[in-house]
Amino acid sequence: MRGDRSLRATSSRPTRQRPAAPVTPVTGGLGESARRPDATLKVKGEFAYSSDLWAEGMLWGTTVRSPHPRAKIRSIDVSEALMVAGLATVLTADDVPGRKTFGMEVPDQPVLAWGDIRYQGEAVALVAADHPETARRAAALVRVDYEVLDPVVDAEAAMAPDAPALHPSGNVLKHVKVRHGDQQPTADVVVTGEYEVGMQDQAPLGPESGLAIPDGEGGIDLYVATQWLHVDHDQLVASLDLRPAQIRMTMAGIGGAFGAREDISIQIHACLLALRTGRPVKMSYSRQESFVGHVHRHPARLQYEHGATRDGRLVCVKTRIVFDGGAYASSSNAVCLNAATFACGPYEVPNATIDCYVTYTNNPPCGAMRGFGAVQACFGYESQMDKLAAALGMDPVELRLANAMREGTSLPTGQRVEGPAPVAEILRSLRAMPLPPNADGAGEAERDLRELPGGVSNTTHGEGVRRGVGYAVGYKNIAFSAGFDDYATARVRLSVVAGEPIAEVHSAAAEVGQGVVTLQLQIVRTELGVQRAVVLPADTQVGSAGSSSASRQTWMTGGAVKAACEAVRERVLALAASKLGATGRLVLADGAVLVADAGAAPTRVSTLADLLGAEVVEETVEYRHAPTEDLDPETGQGNAHVGFAFAGHRAVVDVDTELGLVKVVEMATAQDVGRALNPQAVEGQLQGGTAQGLGLALMEEIQISGGKVRNPSFTDYLIPTILDMPPVRMDILELGNPVSPYGVKGVGEPPTISSPAAVAAALRAATGRALRRIPVRPEHITGLLETRTDAVPDDPTKPARISAETQ
Amino acid sequence: MDFLQPRSWSDALAAKTNRPDAQPLAGGTDVLVDLNFDRHRPAALLDLGRIGELAGWSRDDDALRLGAGLTYTIAAAELVDDLPGLAMAARTVGSPQIRNRGTIGGNLGSASPAGDAHPPLLAAGAEVELASAAGSRRVPIREFFLGPKRNALAPDELIAAVLVPRATGPQQFAKVGTRNAMVIAVCSFALALHPDHQRVGTGIGSAGPVPLVADDAECFCEGALAESDLWSTRAAIEESTRRRFGELVAAAARPIDDVRGSAAYRSHALSVLAARALGWAWADYRRS
Ligand SMILES: Cc1cc2nc3c(=O)[nH]c(=O)nc-3n(C[C@H](O)[C@H](O)[C@H](O)COP(=O)(O)OP(=O)(O)OC[C@H]3O[C@@H](n4cnc5c(N)ncnc54)[C@H](O)[C@@H]3O)c2cc1C
Repeated sequence: MRGDRSLRATSSRPTRQRPAAPVTPVTGGLGESARRPDATLKVKGEFAYSSDLWAEGMLWGTTVRSPHPRAKIRSIDVSEALMVAGLATVLTADDVPGRKTFGMEVPDQPVLAWGDIRYQGEAVALVAADHPETARRAAALVRVDYEVLDPVVDAEAAMAPDAPALHPSGNVLKHVKVRHGDQQPTADVVVTGEYEVGMQDQAPLGPESGLAIPDGEGGIDLYVATQWLHVDHDQLVASLDLRPAQIRMTMAGIGGAFGAREDISIQIHACLLALRTGRPVKMSYSRQESFVGHVHRHPARLQYEHGATRDGRLVCVKTRIVFDGGAYASSSNAVCLNAATFACGPYEVPNATIDCYVTYTNNPPCGAMRGFGAVQACFGYESQMDKLAAALGMDPVELRLANAMREGTSLPTGQRVEGPAPVAEILRSLRAMPLPPNADGAGEAERDLRELPGGVSNTTHGEGVRRGVGYAVGYKNIAFSAGFDDYATARVRLSVVAGEPIAEVHSAAAEVGQGVVTLQLQIVRTELGVQRAVVLPADTQVGSAGSSSASRQTWMTGGAVKAACEAVRERVLALAASKLGATGRLVLADGAVLVADAGAAPTRVSTLADLLGAEVVEETVEYRHAPTEDLDPETGQGNAHVGFAFAGHRAVVDVDTELGLVKVVEMATAQDVGRALNPQAVEGQLQGGTAQGLGLALMEEIQISGGKVRNPSFTDYLIPTILDMPPVRMDILELGNPVSPYGVKGVGEPPTISSPAAVAAALRAATGRALRRIPVRPEHITGLLETRTDAVPDDPTKPARISAETQ
Repeated sequence: MDFLQPRSWSDALAAKTNRPDAQPLAGGTDVLVDLNFDRHRPAALLDLGRIGELAGWSRDDDALRLGAGLTYTIAAAELVDDLPGLAMAARTVGSPQIRNRGTIGGNLGSASPAGDAHPPLLAAGAEVELASAAGSRRVPIREFFLGPKRNALAPDELIAAVLVPRATGPQQFAKVGTRNAMVIAVCSFALALHPDHQRVGTGIGSAGPVPLVADDAECFCEGALAESDLWSTRAAIEESTRRRFGELVAAAARPIDDVRGSAAYRSHALSVLAARALGWAWADYRRS
């Protein structure tokens, strides 16, 4: 401010120089809760989502899907469909010009099925027509003759030697083995447990949708809401058999992702239809189609055996985790690896035997979802820690503290944990938070129904209600692991427009709601000291940013934008030195070049506007994190991850023990975010992630019977409402990270990892029941439904049951 | 699809006679969902939204007349004293948007076993007034529900109103769902005490092919109350009476296993809800 006034004083004196532009300090930089550029539009309902895309003369595409989870296609008859007035084309597998399959990790999924059908909802044919209703009617007239087969619907059964092979490679998609320390350890106290996690859906509100526009020269422009433009692009190039430059992709307005948009949905289909018809083609799934048109979180069965000394030191963990990968690979391999590496939790475990499997079945394909393998594992190991604490007669938090991982801990994979690993701090923080008041004191009449289990549905006025408190802590890798060449690209351009410096950022980072656009703006404002900044639409005209997944974009695209800014700044300062002879420590701030020598007040050398004039400074940078390595296939040893993030939760629940209904009174969380570059965005992630975890604990489940989804709509796929999700008490730790830009850690996934386990623990505390499966249903709380896993007797002294697989 | 938009009730009845295949459209919260999900392709829609006389409710002495177009928002706000069971049920329906649009007539038209208006109307002893161009008739609500999503409407008829005696005693409604708002009933229970006739009314939702009445539970409760002369002494009801009442309500249900809950849970939950509801209603009665 001082500089500001002195400046005006200077310019008021007669001078031959042009008056300098008034200087206002740059706002909306790093560390501030800068506002999202799309905030107002979204609040006013004016934001254009991908489902709002429109082009003159466009056709509507729709997908013909198999109603059977397992079948063979005998024939497809499109003749009736072709007679529908307004129909433009019908396509089948024969019409796919290039690679007939796609897949992010393993291209095992047909673009359009021929021969085998492997899940209910598999795409068989495509229809384009001048109206969505016409397209749907025509699609219903595509006659597919199926030979219906018995589906393989159980992951364990799929591994049996006599199970029918669903893919040529067999049904076991991946087996990750980790062998650490003594494989025949003995322990004073051993607890075993078997747990189950149901199939959660990402439930993004925006359906899969996009618009493909042929360019008239054989190429195509595709506007789509996705998580990773370039991995889609690679798959489009392969299946459309075009040159990379012929396919241009632009990110469209996204209505949530959470992992559901990592895989291809409409991308190839819309382009095929548009290229065939020569007209723009829009596709937008209905809600039902969306539920079968994207992958889900892997359901899991987890067997655990924990051994400890009498005084509560972990001696060993043995676990066998089986994921149902469903019909196609998607990102199952990486999910399996993640679960294996985090299977023991954020604890010091001297001896571990870990076997983690993912299998093909005829259930819906499963893939990426917030937490990616770490969520399921956390429910297993944290349930075990509580059980162990009970067997030892120890306080569950004390047991965790006694075994908490810290900086320098060796993981079961042999990897050393570098940088802050504040597991104990997180637990202490949670324990120190005040507990919400118990509502028992209030008289019946005064209690607002909304504070009770059941809400205004008026199921209890306090009868049967018991309170429970539960803790859980979890951790996860940030960014891509296991030797993947993980990088992000950013281009930053500084120029002067209308007398004002303006910074433009171009990256392909997918804004999935997490705020990566805002963050890029904050970085350039801070790094270049300019107020006016623009993030160009994410597209494939710039290099890959990698996926908006694995909690990696703040670190990766943030790192790329920072590095590009540094390169631009270097050139600008060099220009100031050469053009104006400026010397000393030059910095960019408030739209100007300043000399900021130690001990002296900064003085201005020149405004950027004056310095640059018509010159444009542009730099493109690829940022990479330190390399990682794959695990050894036999021992599971290796430095697979580049960094970790830690979070914990304390859940306080009121349970109507007679009806099995639950009111979560409070969720408290503590998380080390490294550094909160946008505090409000960080809080939003913690709240949202906590809610999504609460949903998994209490209600969110794709229910499947015989391979068929029974609840493909929001009528019966329930997600928490405002009456289910309490306020979140947060302790955001900023302990830095020595190996990332600005010391950040990823923020998006950790809040989802320990939240389900904490809710389950609180429910157990309130009810005294084992509750070995999430989502916990009223049937479980009331004891009316014994899950398969509930049937396993509870005997902490039982000898080791889990036999490690030998090669 | 044709869109018919009569301005008056007689025009609507005439339209329905001419086009028995036209589907009435009130708030549209069921009709439009069905259209969106492509479950249903009616040849025509008959929009009742322009017919003012359907919307309100009125009271003549102790008789209430609820127009078929009465929304949940209005029912929840205005019927708290005259028909508290329905007001409580209305408050549990969907979200504010759904309560603003959704109507009692639409709930009856859909005749879902999970419709939340049905149990309190059963407990209160309502009648449904059905009308056609030829005239109107009254159907006791118990006879209105014929099967899952099937009702007694003839192809040329419309629902005009629900006729129901004004509450003379406490009423309760309780609904179990797997989340705390915006949820379809896993099961629900409504209770109405009728001190003037020393009668007890019940209604069970979402635990059978149609909304049900627990006759045995009603008889048992009436007997227990009469036996100890509780209507006049207003003494407390025995815990065992409430429990037995709950058991008999559960016994009247004919639940199935489905995606929302198991049959066993529904029966169990009904026994709990009924016992609690009787306790609350009786406590109200004792205070009154
Ligand atoms: C998000 C959501 C949440 C919901 N939550 C609940 C809930 O908690 N509880 C619940 O019970 N329901 C719920 N519903 C269902 C729905 O809101 C109710 O059934 C509502 O009462 C329907 O009323 P409407 O006026 O919208 O009917 P409409 O959809 O207009 O019509 C429903 C049916 O009744 C027929 N109909 C309407 N009026 C007449 C008439 N006068 N004569 C003859 N037939 C007629 C129609 O032809 C149609 O068959 C929910 C729906 C949605 C979309």
